[in-house]
Amino acid sequence: MDAQDSFDLTTGRGLMACPRCDALHVEDELQPGETVNCIRCGGVLAKPRGGAFTQLIALSFTTVVLMMGAIFFPFLEISRMGFGNATSLFGVGMAFADGVLLPLVLAVMMMIVGLPVLRAFLLVYTLAPLAQGRAPYRHAARAFRWSELLRPWSMAEIFVIGTAVALVKVAGLATVHLGPAFWAFCALILVNLASRGFMCQTTIWDAIEDAGLHTDGREMVPGRLS
Amino acid sequence: MTEDGAPILTAHRAGLLGCRSCGRVWPEDQETCDRCGADLVPPDRRGLQKVWAWWAAGLIMYVPANLFPMMRTQTFAGLQGSSEATILEGVVELMHYGNYDIAIIVFVASVIVPVAKFLAIAWLATVAGRPATVEQAHTRLKIYEVVEFIGRWSMIDVFVVAILSALVQLGFVASIHPGPAAVSFALSVAFTMLSAQSFDPRLIWRGLPLRSRTGTEGQD
Repeated sequence: MDAQDSFDLTTGRGLMACPRCDALHVEDELQPGETVNCIRCGGVLAKPRGGAFTQLIALSFTTVVLMMGAIFFPFLEISRMGFGNATSLFGVGMAFADGVLLPLVLAVMMMIVGLPVLRAFLLVYTLAPLAQGRAPYRHAARAFRWSELLRPWSMAEIFVIGTAVALVKVAGLATVHLGPAFWAFCALILVNLASRGFMCQTTIWDAIEDAGLHTDGREMVPGRLS
Repeated sequence: MTEDGAPILTAHRAGLLGCRSCGRVWPEDQETCDRCGADLVPPDRRGLQKVWAWWAAGLIMYVPANLFPMMRTQTFAGLQGSSEATILEGVVELMHYGNYDIAIIVFVASVIVPVAKFLAIAWLATVAGRPATVEQAHTRLKIYEVVEFIGRWSMIDVFVVAILSALVQLGFVASIHPGPAAVSFALSVAFTMLSAQSFDPRLIWRGLPLRSRTGTEGQD
């Protein structure tokens, strides 16, 4: 692309600003596997990976399936002097369900179950048409933005560490066994990590735009950056 | 513009506005990003008010979080005693039973990280937009990224209380109930996360001379 007309300093067309330090960069077509860092702060601007959309969709489905198991299978089992109790994640939430602590239940359940599942759905909603080379669904941009906004609030991995701490605390009080849901949660962490490795926001934004989302009609080259 | 040694142009200096959510650049008078729908905010010290507001809210909630008990343990229907433990008492108790590694995890996650976060955000918001050298800016950006990454891990203690009180319901033998500090601690962590998220890292770079760092190759 000719450097002369690839960008426009008065409207910002063809330019990208680093979200961390505001340095301007000229948008360019990238090959899968390339990583581009900001010239000023060194942060990663884009790292397109071949087949990333398909991978992300698959990983999102994995998340939902694992989460179903994680919710309803017993999570931890405890026994002492013949008294036993097995709890599923659902039970963890319900523990707070009496009275004033109800908002906390909702927040905790949201953070460990609701948001990961919601994010998986939003991501599939955004990426499924893009992976097939079709036009994105309505509000795909909003869906993806929300998915990114909610990222710090989905805390499944922190919950697993919390479980480890809880195990030790309760060990003196009773005997504890790990249930299948616990291992589902551990698998979720791995899925989450893999998903993060494939995720490149810049590429997805460009793809949403290139695949025909209505913006202001200054979209760039159509169909690229799988 | 991106050749080595050439001066760096920022969107702000060019009279443009970059979207913090997707990176798209718009004219300065644009208010929302047409691509991703996010509100466009100029890198401005006025945005720090929001940071301070969430910061103060987090600090206020952090006080009851430390004074009230996180959970109440009842053994043998209270006959063998029921104990209430604040965050610090919980740590001490863990150490008392010899679980030093877990005690350290809990101590770091629920005492050191929150306090360090309050200090770090306050410092970042104070120095933001002031003149700085490139090295200082890189240090600040690193600190900001650490704060953003590590903040959520303070939730560990809330989850521990949630798990324990769901699990340890052995009727007469032993039971654990959450205390009021669990809520205020969760709120404190959430507020400081919001505070860190409202901080605009572009402010770190506002006071910098606009020259390229040596030894960095810029693409794109």
